[in-house]
Amino acid sequence: MTQTIPDAQAHGSTATRRAIPDRLGTPIARILRRWEVLLFGVAVVIFIANALASPYFLNIWNLSDATFNFTEKALIAFAMALLVISGEIDLSVAAIIALASTAMGAAAQAGFGTAALLAIGLSVGLGCGLVNGLLVSAMKLPSIVVTIGTMSLYRGISYIVLGDKAYGNYPDSFAFFGQGYVLGPISFELMLFAGFAILFAILLHATNFGRQVFVIGNNDFAARFSGIPVERVKFILFLLTGLMSGIAAICLTSRLGSTRPSIAQGWELEVVTMVVLGGVSILGGAGTIGGVVIAAFVMGLVTFGLGLLNVPGIVMSIFIGLLLIVTIALPIVAGRIKAMSRQ
Amino acid sequence: MARFLKRRETLLFLIIALMVAGFATRAAGFASPDNLGRIFNDTAILIILALAQMVVILTKAIDLSVAANLAFTGMAIAMVNAAFPAVPLPVLVLAAIAIGAALGAINGFLVWRLEIPPIVVTLGTLTIYRGMAFVLSGGAWVNAHQMTPTFLDVPRSVVLGLPVLSWCAIAVVVFIAALLRYSPFGRAAYAAGGNPVAAVYAGINVGRTRYLAFVLSGALAGLSSYLWVSRYAVAYVDIANGFELDSVAACVIGGVAIAGGVGTVVGTVLGALFLGVIKNALPVIGISPFTQMAISGSVIILAVLFNARRERTRGRIILRDRAAAPRSQELAA
Repeated sequence: MTQTIPDAQAHGSTATRRAIPDRLGTPIARILRRWEVLLFGVAVVIFIANALASPYFLNIWNLSDATFNFTEKALIAFAMALLVISGEIDLSVAAIIALASTAMGAAAQAGFGTAALLAIGLSVGLGCGLVNGLLVSAMKLPSIVVTIGTMSLYRGISYIVLGDKAYGNYPDSFAFFGQGYVLGPISFELMLFAGFAILFAILLHATNFGRQVFVIGNNDFAARFSGIPVERVKFILFLLTGLMSGIAAICLTSRLGSTRPSIAQGWELEVVTMVVLGGVSILGGAGTIGGVVIAAFVMGLVTFGLGLLNVPGIVMSIFIGLLLIVTIALPIVAGRIKAMSRQ
Repeated sequence: MARFLKRRETLLFLIIALMVAGFATRAAGFASPDNLGRIFNDTAILIILALAQMVVILTKAIDLSVAANLAFTGMAIAMVNAAFPAVPLPVLVLAAIAIGAALGAINGFLVWRLEIPPIVVTLGTLTIYRGMAFVLSGGAWVNAHQMTPTFLDVPRSVVLGLPVLSWCAIAVVVFIAALLRYSPFGRAAYAAGGNPVAAVYAGINVGRTRYLAFVLSGALAGLSSYLWVSRYAVAYVDIANGFELDSVAACVIGGVAIAGGVGTVVGTVLGALFLGVIKNALPVIGISPFTQMAISGSVIILAVLFNARRERTRGRIILRDRAAAPRSQELAA
């Protein structure tokens, strides 16, 4: 996306009157060069590779199963995308899942019903987001350190409560959120994923709030002078990320049917990877929800395909780590090569 | 300014002393020289890794891959030791430092040449290095009986009243202190983090300084890997899991500014000892070791709050002298 900016400026200065015919030629090239389109191409290639590599892949129920690999992480990634675009980050999301799941587990042991469990999961998520948000926006602390701190605090509380034990015995009706199907092979989680994708896309790309998020990420200082309530926007984003982590905790807990303090360990990395892979600039100020959606599919397909080929989880994490670094490095290297060839 | 900074270290020292005294009232002998020596020995590896982390943070970067680097390198040398017991120990230790430095150089290269944010690079390499430890070992453990006696005994053997492990930490403390104070690299590290733009105008290659910091951090992680594997007499994929956060915590508690350019060796060592004392005291006073994680987290948050408050008041006082003034004074301090 950044490469198109100098082009536009160069044309704009010389051919202001011929702007219309000039633009007629460019859109297709511009669309093809978009990160989301490239990523979609990658997703298609991986899909075909998977179908060729494993005879079990092209089964509608298998594909439906594959979506569970990314739906919960993607729910958090939507909110995280906004947070990263605004120039902040939340590394405590996985720990929020652990704490929310522990709270729901404790409530389930005490005999609370499904509705109460949902309320508890959501409010713990919201509460954790509130603490992060207050520390970052009211106390003006760097979000990386704050959320590294709250990450060990939240998960640490889970360890204090659970130690080496686990909670089980969730009510039967609670299983729907992680294991239920709405229509044929379409799971409840997939519906949730689609619904929130649309909601967040509207929030980021079609509301004043979304524009404010971009402005803050591009120039925090200028945003303040433009009258944008920077701290309030950031605070809301942390709340939102906490809430989405709470929702993810409900889905994951319901799907697993049990809670250990090590639940969702390392997910913060995968969520950040998903966001960055989706074309969101880690430095803030740029990104789309569409990109994050495609990135979620790419990561889900990669891990599911590797799973079908019996690759162990920790080896998959190597691929995720490489994916993260390579996707960030590639545009930089490509830009360098282009700049060198121009000289 | 020098006095002010000094006061922070003295304050931390007093807090640690008070904690030790407090725990001693609950458990007799906690404050005995023997036990304090044990706590120091127990914290030695954290001190080394925290100093490695500090040098990286000084340059306005962060290295979250130190623990994964430790796991991979530790696994590599433990496997070499098990397969070829004839390889002398100094060769193994040098190999560990070299492997660690090489992994650090990968981080540094990505940060320097490709200008990828350090947190992204090291989040990525964190999983890659630990994954590589799994690929290397196939998930198998290297146990004590597979290691040679020399490999296991050297860090334990007592020289001049302290185990070699403690002496290693002391040597690293002296080395880093000298490096930061007297070498051009040390000056460059503070300048690169304190004000990267000004550093460039002063003729400092900021990227290269960060690269060297990552190499140093990797080398120290390599050294720690031997000490860790030898001390706990076992190597497996998950060793030192999450230890990177402890190293960051030690720095933050010790007054190292996460935005770079501010921090002292004494502060970082005290920060590590603070965590070490808590870790050793919990079982003594009958608190579940499971609380340690939550305590570390709370302490990190409190320490950042404390640091931020301190920096803000300072900012108000010297507002007219421009931001450069306090930094140059800090460099001189």
